Amino acid sequence: MRNIAAIFQKQLLDTLRNKTVLLQFVLMPVMAVLMQSTVRPEGLGENFFVILFAAIYVGMAPMTAAGAIIAEEKEKNTLRVLLLSNVRPREYLIGVGGFVWLASMAGAGVLCAVGNYTAPQRAQFLAVMAAGILASTLIGAAIGVVSGSQMAATSLTVPVMVVFSFVPMIALFNDTAAAVSRWLYSGQVSAALGRIGNGALPWEGILVMGANLLAAGLLFTAAYRRCRLS
Amino acid sequence: MREILSAKHLCHRYADRPVLQEVSFSIKKGEIFGLLGPSGAGKTTLVKILTGQLVQTGGEAYLMGKDTRTLNGDDRRQIGVMLDDLGLYDRFSAWENLAFYARLCGVDRKTIDDLLRGCGLYEARRTPVSKLSKGMRNRLSLARALMGGAELLFLDEPTAGLDPAAAHRIQQILREEQKRGKTIFLTTHNMAEAQSLCDRVALLAEGRIAALGAPDDLCRAYDRQKKLRITLQGGEELELENGPAAAPVLGRYLEEGKIGTIHSTEPTLEDVFLELTGRRLCEE
Repeated sequence: MRNIAAIFQKQLLDTLRNKTVLLQFVLMPVMAVLMQSTVRPEGLGENFFVILFAAIYVGMAPMTAAGAIIAEEKEKNTLRVLLLSNVRPREYLIGVGGFVWLASMAGAGVLCAVGNYTAPQRAQFLAVMAAGILASTLIGAAIGVVSGSQMAATSLTVPVMVVFSFVPMIALFNDTAAAVSRWLYSGQVSAALGRIGNGALPWEGILVMGANLLAAGLLFTAAYRRCRLS
Repeated sequence: MREILSAKHLCHRYADRPVLQEVSFSIKKGEIFGLLGPSGAGKTTLVKILTGQLVQTGGEAYLMGKDTRTLNGDDRRQIGVMLDDLGLYDRFSAWENLAFYARLCGVDRKTIDDLLRGCGLYEARRTPVSKLSKGMRNRLSLARALMGGAELLFLDEPTAGLDPAAAHRIQQILREEQKRGKTIFLTTHNMAEAQSLCDRVALLAEGRIAALGAPDDLCRAYDRQKKLRITLQGGEELELENGPAAAPVLGRYLEEGKIGTIHSTEPTLEDVFLELTGRRLCEE
C-alpha cells in the first residue's frame, strides 16, 4: 500500500509539471465550461455540450494519459529502476492507473458541475463516467505496456482514441457511425448521459458497457502477459 | 570474509546466440569488483541476471546466499542499483527524486539531506534534474542507489562520459562507501578507473571471463617484455632487461645521479585484454 501511495503521489506531482498530460485532463472540461456558458443550441437539449465533450473526454483523456505515462517511464528507464526498488508491477500499475482514473474523474466532476442536473442525476452521470473512464484507462495502460517509447505509444493511441472519442459525436449526424457507436463504451457513455432524467438505463447499454470493460481488461491482461513491464 | 555474490558456470542465450558462457566468479563482502569488457561482451546481461531481472538459461548465481531466480522484495532491499540510463525523473528536482525513493524505501527525510551532502548535491537540491550536469545526474543516481542502506551496489558505468574531476568525485564516494563496508560491483570501460579503484577485476569478452584477479597481479602476470625504461637527465631513453643483469648499469646511473625517470614495462589492463582477446576494450 505504501508503494502504491508513493507512486500515486509521484504521478500527481509529475503530471502537474507535464503540460502534455495535464492538458488531456483539462481541455474537454474547459471546452465544456466555455461552450455551455456561451452557446445555447436550440432543440439539442440544455446539456448538449456537456454530453458531447464528456463522450470525447472519456475516449481521449484517460487513454492518452495512461499510455503516455507508462511509455515515458519505460523509455526513460525510470520504470526499470522502480521495479528494482522493490515495487511490484501490479503496485506500479495500480498507482498510475488509480491516478489516471481519479484525475479523469476530477474532470468528469467539472463536466457534471457544468451540466444542469439534480443530485441523483449527478450521481448517475458520475457512475456512467466512472465506468467509461475505467475502460479507457485499461486500454491506455495496455498501449503503454506494449509501447517501448512515447512516440510508439502516441502512434498507437491516436487512431484508437479517434475512434472512441469521435464516433459518438459523428453518430449524432450519421447512421453508420451510430450503428458502430452503440457497440463502443464511449458511445454508450454518450447514450447513457443523454438518457439521464429519462428513466433507468437500458439493459442493452449496460451489457455493452460491461462487455467493453471486460474486453479492455482482457486486452490489458494480454498486453501485460506478452510484454510485462520490461 | 563472507561471500556476497557468486556465479557458477553461468550461461545465457538470446535465441541461438550465446551471450554468456560458463561465467564463474565470487565476490567477498567489502570488495570492489570490476567487470570490464567492450560493448556487447555480456556485461549488462550478467548484471541483469545477478540482480534478478533476467533468468539465466544455464548455471547458477547466488546473491547473499540466495538463488537470484528467487529474489524477493526483502532481497532487493539489500542491493542498490545504478543503471547506465540513470532512470531519473527529469521534471523533479534532485531532492524530489530522492524523496520519492525515500518513501518507497521507508527512509526518513534527514537521510535525503545526508545523501545529497555526501554526494555534493545539497546546493543543487532544488534544481530540476533536466538542468543538472551529467556528473551531477550520475551522483544523484548513485545517491539513490545508496538510499536504502544497501549492502551491495551494482553500478553500471558510473563514470561514463564524465570529465576527470567529476569521475574522481564519484570514485571518492565509492571508496568512502567501501570503507563503510559496502560491496561494489561495477562495470566500466575505464581502465585507469578499474586499476585504481577495484580490488579485483574480471575481463569479459564474448560472454566468457578471459581473466580474473587483482589488476596489478594481472598486469604482472602478462608482463612479457620485463624491461625497465629509463629516461636520463639529458633526455636520452634506454631500455634494460628487468633482471639481475641490469643492476650494475642501473647502479652506475643512480650513483652518477643521471636518472630522470624510470619505469617497468608491465602492461596496462588494456594491453592484457588485447593480448587475451585480440580486441580492445573500447572497440564498438
